[in-house]
Amino acid sequence: MNADVIVIGAGIVGSACAKTLAQRGMNVLVLDSQRGGATAAGMGHLVAMDDNPAELALSRYSIELWQQWAPQLAADCAYRNCGTLWLAANQEELQAAEHKGETLRAQGVTCQLLDAEGLRQTEPMLRRDLSGALKVNGDSIVYAPNAACWMLTQGGTRIRQRCEQVSAVEGNRVRLADGSWLQAKLVIMANGIHASELCPELPIRPKKGHILITDRYPGRIQHQLVELGYAASAHVTSGTTVAFNAQPRPTGQILLGSSRQFDSLSPEVEGAVLARMLQRALDYLPELGQLNAIRSWTGFRAATPDGLPLIGAHPQQPGLWLAVGHEGLGVTTAPGTAQLLAEQLLGEPSAIDPAPYRPERFLHTHELKEQHR
Amino acid sequence: MIELSLDGQLLRVAQGTTVAAALYLGGDGNSRTSVSGQRRAPFCGMGVCQECRVSIDGQRRLACQTLCRSGMQVETQP
Repeated sequence: MNADVIVIGAGIVGSACAKTLAQRGMNVLVLDSQRGGATAAGMGHLVAMDDNPAELALSRYSIELWQQWAPQLAADCAYRNCGTLWLAANQEELQAAEHKGETLRAQGVTCQLLDAEGLRQTEPMLRRDLSGALKVNGDSIVYAPNAACWMLTQGGTRIRQRCEQVSAVEGNRVRLADGSWLQAKLVIMANGIHASELCPELPIRPKKGHILITDRYPGRIQHQLVELGYAASAHVTSGTTVAFNAQPRPTGQILLGSSRQFDSLSPEVEGAVLARMLQRALDYLPELGQLNAIRSWTGFRAATPDGLPLIGAHPQQPGLWLAVGHEGLGVTTAPGTAQLLAEQLLGEPSAIDPAPYRPERFLHTHELKEQHR
Repeated sequence: MIELSLDGQLLRVAQGTTVAAALYLGGDGNSRTSVSGQRRAPFCGMGVCQECRVSIDGQRRLACQTLCRSGMQVETQP
């Protein structure tokens, strides 16, 4: 045995799993290929998403865990409780904001509706004719690459890391690029879009995203600003969509998203997609055109058909566990994912119902396969 | 010659001088101070590295991509 647990992937989800299991006394070996995916590219927005009850349950629970961790987070994790404003561009969207508020409040998420004047006073850089917004107080931001590093330090000597690319997985053992095998009591796959290389049966597709950041303009915006149409954009299953999403970085920079593209694994910044994304941002923040952009980059979300992650035992490979497919919500839901996985591994009662995230919804079990023969 | 202001000091440069060159001619060569408090200066000279961000008449601009104009106010602090 090379460890109690081998975690494949040192992104936010793998790091959260390593932290949670190490703190329960397990020795964890984390392997990462340094190819990147979503954690180092994304916005790091900790957001309660409510497109279905399971998404809300996992994101709400995870934000609670982030709030518990917040006082201990290293300063370079840049955690800020800035809140989210879901922007309504017209009366119809304002009704959608009201409905969203009811859904969130029913699950204990604090939020309030701002009318048009309230929104103008709160965020004067926004276009003046918006109808209002839903303010979600508990949402926050974090610099995810540093948060992942911080989590790995929380296990003390129980967490070891190696820079390795895994070339095959068989239950509780993994083959490295040099052909050698490592073994543990169990293996956790937390490697986002790269998971399907090792397990082609997983229904994971890469969804490319573009990000752009400006020079420092302190105080121009105060909250994470997201158009209410964002969720619709996030859940489209083909083609290219953009939605307005802007974040005030603690440095005074403005971080802009978002785009979603299927079936591209090319990391290049695409001018046409970036232009659409920025046009959308200009619609909401007309003065953006005066600001200086300094960098743009891309990343890849691991998308599943129903938009929910795969958390639990691989039904066909004893010893292999999955924590993948978090799409654009992995930074938010990493703590809850790690907690759910640990509870299942140790046979403990779950804080939230684990059923909606079980891999069985896409993968037949061995028994089922036998019956079908 | 063109007369501009660099951090409040008057500076005269030849027509066609970039702001990046003016930073060296009239100041300490630096364009800005980073988030971590380091002074930073032009590096690539071709508009890619973004190191030479500077305030020109209140707007953030790249010093290496901007030509000096008469009356221009260039600020490298903070």
